[in-house]
Amino acid sequence: MSFAAASGSLGPQGTPALFSETAFGRRMVRHEAVARGVFLAMTLFMIAPLVAIVTHLIVEAWPALSLEFLLDVPRDRMTAGGIWPAFIGTIYLVVISLTVAAPIGVLAAVYLNEYAKDTWFNRIINLAVINLAGVPSIVHALFGLGAFVYAARFGYSVMAASLTLAVMTLPVIIASTREALAAVPMAFREACWNVGASRWQTIRGVVLPNSVSGILTGVILQVSRAAGETAPVMFTGAVLFKAVERGTLLPYYLDDQCMALSMHLYVLTTQVPNVPEAVPYATAVVLLGSVLLVNGLAIGLRVWLRTRKRW
Amino acid sequence: MTPAHPVPVGDVALPARPRRSRWSLGVEWIIESAVRLSGVSAIIFVLAIFAFIFREAAPVLVSEQFDPLEFLFSVQWYPTSAVDIRYGTLALTVGTVSVTLLAMVLAVPFGLGAAIFVSEFCGRRTKEALKIVIELLAAIPSVVWGFIGLTVLSRLVVEHTSAPVGVNVLNGGIILALMSVPIIVSIGEDALKAVPDSYREAAIAMGATRWQLVFRVLLPAAKNGLLAAVLLGTGRAVGETMAVLMATGHAVQIPDGILDSVRTLTANIAAELGEAPAGSDHYRILFLTGVQLFAITFAVNLAADLVIRGTKRK
Repeated sequence: MSFAAASGSLGPQGTPALFSETAFGRRMVRHEAVARGVFLAMTLFMIAPLVAIVTHLIVEAWPALSLEFLLDVPRDRMTAGGIWPAFIGTIYLVVISLTVAAPIGVLAAVYLNEYAKDTWFNRIINLAVINLAGVPSIVHALFGLGAFVYAARFGYSVMAASLTLAVMTLPVIIASTREALAAVPMAFREACWNVGASRWQTIRGVVLPNSVSGILTGVILQVSRAAGETAPVMFTGAVLFKAVERGTLLPYYLDDQCMALSMHLYVLTTQVPNVPEAVPYATAVVLLGSVLLVNGLAIGLRVWLRTRKRW
Repeated sequence: MTPAHPVPVGDVALPARPRRSRWSLGVEWIIESAVRLSGVSAIIFVLAIFAFIFREAAPVLVSEQFDPLEFLFSVQWYPTSAVDIRYGTLALTVGTVSVTLLAMVLAVPFGLGAAIFVSEFCGRRTKEALKIVIELLAAIPSVVWGFIGLTVLSRLVVEHTSAPVGVNVLNGGIILALMSVPIIVSIGEDALKAVPDSYREAAIAMGATRWQLVFRVLLPAAKNGLLAAVLLGTGRAVGETMAVLMATGHAVQIPDGILDSVRTLTANIAAELGEAPAGSDHYRILFLTGVQLFAITFAVNLAADLVIRGTKRK
């Protein structure tokens, strides 16, 4: 899209030649171009790393990447074989944590957006949500260790790690769901109330169906966040190595320890000697690839649903 | 709600309002209770996080080995020494501050510049595309960033500087800058979007160039929102764990320059928690640094929230 079209009739670059004739006008136009160039360069500086990193990772990982790498178990002290136990472990952690966090998060957002009035108590809830979102991941790890591993006696397990991740993803699910609920026009609710529906009937019949796509996108985006986190699972249930059959779908019980892809990458790069270079790169590509794929799907879903929005 | 034109009820035979079954009302009561309970869950979790971490840390506060002044202001961190155990976190705090500071020096200009470009200088489609790229950039897991720092960036650092090892403040700062830029861009862009269009129209009607519009009108008007963006970016940089664990090296020391290795508060917990036996003083001291981190990020987030709220009220 050209600049003139983007800025409508207001843009100084679209100013008629009349104004560019004077030296002052020419200087203005030049300033304009410089500003645009500088800010464009800054933006590119931000995007260039993403492209460079992804390309570099794929190039380095290429020799090791195959379906076999995904489905096989690590062999020879993790210097050969694949990543299946870590991959399935990550799926376990993500699914369980979101099964816990999504309902609580959605209900909490319903409360904040549909029930809560502007009182000091609800302002404190808002503040709590914001602060919960800002808690460092290592502090979540300490919390998971203190609360789920020791106090709740889950031990180092899939359960404890998933619950830690659930607490971590909760505030972001609350925030994105709230945004989705707030996008439903007030008139929809008023129409429903006026035919005699109760508050909850309105929410179930009108508000939720009209915001489900936004809620879903927000939850899907948290899949990648939960999958990528290392610190919270490292001390609550993920282990260096766990023997699992190749390609098996249900290797772990809730009270088992498990492997996780993110932790596997950390272990491969820092703790295991003599790993061929391509193996950690391939692990990073699988992790990054799944995360970007899931996020891409969520963004695609959002764009597609926005085009067919009815109001 | 009262109807706008009152209906003379006495004259009209209103149909009997259908009553909902007890079952239906009961279910609704249960669901609404669940909604209210979930509503306060955020408060419960914040309090629980503080309580559980503090509970693990508390016994060391009364232990004889512990000296609060040494904890905060000593650079001696020898948690596993056989003869002279010291728990001084000053070097770790300085490590966190130096890496965060470098990250912000790099990220703030680029982040705000990119926010201005996305918000003011590009067309609708470019804007959509850039926002998606920013979202994807924000989604890259921190362990992948750490991996990049450890492999790619450390090699570059050794090649282009005089540093003996590639994992140091510079490496960690660059990685953290790349990680916090997306937050600064997206929140900064929100702040610029919140400036009323009438401001822009007024400036352009006066003959301002876009450059003047940005510097004389938009930046002053969106000042608070942009400050909040910077604060939240800082909060993320302070709390980041895996990336700095892998990219800053493992030296507990006060750095002389950006080419020295350091260790941050977060990386220290991640590095040592696995080896500290549960219930030992070392273990409790690590939880105490967790309380410290929790307090720091709490303060930063609170400040950001107050700044944003200040904008909204205006």
